Amino acid sequence: MDPEVMKSYLPLYRDALFLTMRIGWQGVLLALVLGLVCAAVLQLKLPFIRRIVAVYVELFRNTPLLVQLFFLYFALPRIGIRISAEVCGWVGLGLIGGAYMTETFRSGLDSIARIQTESAASLGMTRFQIFRYVVLPQAVASSIPGILANIIFLLKETSVFSTISLMDLMFTAKDLIGMYAKTLECLTLLVIFYLIMLLPVSVAGSIIERRLRYAEFGN
Amino acid sequence: MEKALLTVEHLYKSYGGHTVLDDLSFTVRKGEVIVVIGPSGCGKSTLLRCINALEDIQGGQVLLNGESVRKGAGNIPQMRQKIGMVFQSYDLFPHKTILDNITLAPRKVQKRGKAEAEREAMELLERVGLADRKNDYPRQLSGGQKQRVAIVRALCMHPELLLLDEITAALDPEMVREVLDVVLSLARSGSTMLIVTHEMSFAKAIADRVFFLEQGKIMEESADPKSFFQRPQTARARAFLHTFDYER
Amino acid sequence: MQSLGIDVLFKGINFQRLLGGLWVAVRLSLISVSISIVLGTGMGMLMTSKNRLLQFFFRLWLETVRIMPQMVLLFVVYFGTTRVFGWNLEAEAAAIIVFSFWGTAEMGDLVRGALISIPVIQYESARALGMDEKTLYLYVILPQTIRRMLPLSINLITRMIKTTSLVMMIGIVEVLKVAQQIIEANRKSSPNAAFGVFGTVFLLYFLICWPVSRLAARLEKRWAGD
Repeated sequence: MDPEVMKSYLPLYRDALFLTMRIGWQGVLLALVLGLVCAAVLQLKLPFIRRIVAVYVELFRNTPLLVQLFFLYFALPRIGIRISAEVCGWVGLGLIGGAYMTETFRSGLDSIARIQTESAASLGMTRFQIFRYVVLPQAVASSIPGILANIIFLLKETSVFSTISLMDLMFTAKDLIGMYAKTLECLTLLVIFYLIMLLPVSVAGSIIERRLRYAEFGN
Repeated sequence: MEKALLTVEHLYKSYGGHTVLDDLSFTVRKGEVIVVIGPSGCGKSTLLRCINALEDIQGGQVLLNGESVRKGAGNIPQMRQKIGMVFQSYDLFPHKTILDNITLAPRKVQKRGKAEAEREAMELLERVGLADRKNDYPRQLSGGQKQRVAIVRALCMHPELLLLDEITAALDPEMVREVLDVVLSLARSGSTMLIVTHEMSFAKAIADRVFFLEQGKIMEESADPKSFFQRPQTARARAFLHTFDYER
Repeated sequence: MQSLGIDVLFKGINFQRLLGGLWVAVRLSLISVSISIVLGTGMGMLMTSKNRLLQFFFRLWLETVRIMPQMVLLFVVYFGTTRVFGWNLEAEAAAIIVFSFWGTAEMGDLVRGALISIPVIQYESARALGMDEKTLYLYVILPQTIRRMLPLSINLITRMIKTTSLVMMIGIVEVLKVAQQIIEANRKSSPNAAFGVFGTVFLLYFLICWPVSRLAARLEKRWAGD
């Protein structure tokens, strides 16, 4: 391994890291919003829309992100819908993540005992008030471990962005290996940069989870 | 005679072909304390749940001040504000402090001011001896304390009728007393209550009238609890009371 | 439909080729899952031991596969190790190594979780009934462990199948690669084939993964009450 070579690659990897993080976190944000909205739709049993939501969740949870991205990026332009690679990246990530987040929020919602809703109802709260003040805050808290796992999963999934020619970490590594054949240096940097991106999230995640366990709600 | 606060007429309730409440009719006047007793599975908890419209009913009606209370009806949130209910498992909201548990519904449902709701909550907490716990979370309280908070939470909505569903059944024996004392003081201050309980001495002490419920029917009703608990008229009630150990 | 490339699918043996590509992906994941289940079960049982070193080692392994994208692992194993050790590793072998490495860790964690979730009282009450160790494990502990584990392990299978789509990146001709080849070959006659062909791949993946995840969900629901 040649440290000089690695040093000369650093700026390229840094730029790639920024791009990967930006698209990744945009996707995570979209996933959280989508997941919350869809879970609310399912929980409140809104007619019709809940069927669309159910189909969406099943479709995107049961197909690989890579295939979804190929569809968004290569197939949609054929019927006149053209989106840039970058938008494709975070929208794709947001769509798959939204499906996973919906499931996570929903199991959080399910974990709120029926009796909690009943005691809120017996105080005269409306369905919406019960959801807003009693069910939702508890569901979000009990979903946090699942949300964190999803975020890490989504940030990892960014590694497929290179296939739609986004110049992310994977793309940079592949490109450099192709050009200069410094395989070991490139792969080492790849691993290091993914660690830089994911280790803090993972550590923060386990700290939050431990906190949560100490503060466990018990009735 | 004062007008009826609660009227139950020909109430019929079944779960998938199994009859739980069978043509029940009775009235409760303002200020009255009714105790419902009976073997488990006799439908007494279901009765309370029907009165609070937590269950749908298959026949008859429940009227509060002449207004219908029925699950799914548009006025249910309004009606439920007038009917307070306390459950066996207390069910405080675990993510809120004691004070917030009590003031949540007054503020969000009745749109009362924060300061006013909190002032009343504090007065009520004072009455049940828990004012110093206002900033604690439910998990920090004992079962008996949580149940007293649950009663306060219901009271703070100024209900016209209070339903208590086996509120001491999940408590350790040494905590039963503190909760029942609160209920006794409520009875003395004129609250209208419908109480389901297995505490026979308590029932005898607090009841204006006793219903003995079995197989979804009121088998025996007595306006003289003292003599009911000494000498029930029906064989069924005698057999039931015989399984309890209390001062007759 | 012609303009959207559905016709291309039924030209010659195109559809069969696509299914063949899908089988490559599914086969890879089935092999990896089988290896993971065997190794993972052993791993999980070892993990319930109190050996600190063993636990640290397993923790490290698990965190590695949880943090590193499978794609990075594939690259490291396929390109990296051939470089370092100078051996000639087949792409398929590299894929199986990576997926088993990942699956064994996940499976091991599932087994460990299921084993420690069985309350001590279960062991005690079985012993109090006079059961010997063999009977105890065979009739009391094992059935409960399997019930807790099975839905999650079935989910692992669908996760594997979905992840195998990555192997095209190390040159294995699986369903996406075949799809690209078909689209490329028909570029002139059917310029919009990408829509129909990629759409079909999307649906094929769904048709495989959906029933499996339904099964897992159903088992989980049925056994939740126990």
